[in-house]
Amino acid sequence: MTTFWRLYARSPAAVAGLALLILVIAMAMTAGLLFPGNPLELAGPPLIWPFQDARFPLGTDNSGRDIAAQIFHGARISLLIGLCAMALAIAIGIVLGALAGFYAGLADDILMRITEAFQTLPNFLLLLVLVAVFGSTLPTVAIAIGLVSWQAPARLTRAEFLSLRTREFVQAGRTIGLGDATLIFREILPNALPPVIVYASVVMAVAILLESALAFLSLSDPNVASWGNLIGLGRGVLRSEWYVSAIPGVAILVTVLAVSLVGQGLNDALNPRLRRR
Amino acid sequence: MRILALAGRRLLSSVPTLLIILAGLFLLLQLAPGDTVDALVAQMGGGDQKMADELRRFYGLDAPVVVQLGRYMWRLVQLDLGYSAIYGKPVANVILERLPATLLLMGSALSFAFFAGIALGILAARRVNQWPDTLISTLGLVFYATPSFWFGLMGIVVFAVKLAWLPPGGFETVGAGYAGLARVLDIARYLVLPTLTLALIFLAIYLRIMRASMLEVLTLDFVRTARAKGVAEQAVIVRHVLRNALLPVVTLIGLQAGTMLGGSVVVESVFALPGLGRLAYESVVQRDLNTLLGIVFVSALLVITVNFVVDLIYARLDPRIG
Repeated sequence: MTTFWRLYARSPAAVAGLALLILVIAMAMTAGLLFPGNPLELAGPPLIWPFQDARFPLGTDNSGRDIAAQIFHGARISLLIGLCAMALAIAIGIVLGALAGFYAGLADDILMRITEAFQTLPNFLLLLVLVAVFGSTLPTVAIAIGLVSWQAPARLTRAEFLSLRTREFVQAGRTIGLGDATLIFREILPNALPPVIVYASVVMAVAILLESALAFLSLSDPNVASWGNLIGLGRGVLRSEWYVSAIPGVAILVTVLAVSLVGQGLNDALNPRLRRR
Repeated sequence: MRILALAGRRLLSSVPTLLIILAGLFLLLQLAPGDTVDALVAQMGGGDQKMADELRRFYGLDAPVVVQLGRYMWRLVQLDLGYSAIYGKPVANVILERLPATLLLMGSALSFAFFAGIALGILAARRVNQWPDTLISTLGLVFYATPSFWFGLMGIVVFAVKLAWLPPGGFETVGAGYAGLARVLDIARYLVLPTLTLALIFLAIYLRIMRASMLEVLTLDFVRTARAKGVAEQAVIVRHVLRNALLPVVTLIGLQAGTMLGGSVVVESVFALPGLGRLAYESVVQRDLNTLLGIVFVSALLVITVNFVVDLIYARLDPRIG
């Protein structure tokens, strides 16, 4: 564990990313303590500038809701959606990629056709369609984002499986009579996982960006304090009170940056060939 | 010639993919609550059930799903994209009206992201681990993490509201009656911010890939040989390293074509551009099934075409292929 931490800490960017991520998680966890009650409740006069009023450190938006409260509660939403969508995408991707890579042949062809179909279709369009069909509640949005993000993990897993299935330990497993399922999930998968786990951070970063884009277009859950919702709201007062859109955007930037840096740090730490940097 | 045959074969194999996409989407959209007639009736300000049923019969929406799908596929083979109930025009016309704006936006964003990304990636790789590299890599990372619509909005605040250098939205100056070069320059002025916004994340990606690719190629044997021969560093980079380092970036263009189309939905919304992206968003909201499927068809065609061109370029760059 300490060697892993030492490898990880070699890159200052990765450590900075981890610090930022911890900051965002802290924001999410203390949201209930620092800003109790519903963040979408009216709190004061509308359109107060940040740093003017001690009650509203980050100002208020068009309707008079506390921006700081929305930022803190929004951290919960973004992290939650990012994690759930990522988990779903990785789960689907691993299962499909494992099946395609292990069985090869016809199963591989069919699954690759489906993956190609999903990749030819712009994934944001598919996301729009899914949200239109199944609604805009938070769980639906998370599932929809997961459903459009599984292609790359599937390809990664498939590539790993294709190269691992011919190794001796697989042959040994077959010789002692292990079934296919056992071979896939207990023998090969633990070896195939590292690149996929690292890619999970990219999936999470993209999921957060996708959710904020949906919220901006008013297609995400309007009853939660999402950062994208706030940016969309601030569009109406962009000329004068541009801080309403600016502040949540910075929050999104910091979160996605943190997740990306942590992912890169994990990649560098786990990849023994990257000693050059 | 072999290149053409190879790329052509990949093109042909995309046809079943296209059909899968369309059939899948058609079936998926049947699950949507409310259909075109509901949206039409809402637009008309309400109507009774009889009128709704009559409209459904007119548009053929009362037939069973399988029959509708069959009819749609049959019309598609004849390249008839159907009729848009919301716009009152054939879908093909609606799409053709909006296509130029999107193509222009995507084309300029792709070119900018490609050339700027490559240039910055080369620069970063040349000065690896020194301050230009750190600066460029950090910028790349920040651009990657920036939500594009937020960048667009901030761009509007800075350049259109505060500085008034660029227009805040729209495609060209309405009613000015420009023609020829004046019109081109006018449209170019309107497209500066949208292009930068759309190109942002792809710039970051190409930058990173180009830098990594250059670093990898610079360690290969033939580069060492060229330097030993006494070739100037500039010539080594341009004539030997570049061609090899470009390969991953070119492949990436093909893979990211679809993502760029998705990104144009948001950018067109922010800057009020009359393009396909916004049309797709409106079709989803208005349940205009035919238009949405038409857009999906056209965008899939676009992605397949871009992949075809990328295949050709790739074969041209890498003599080992074809």
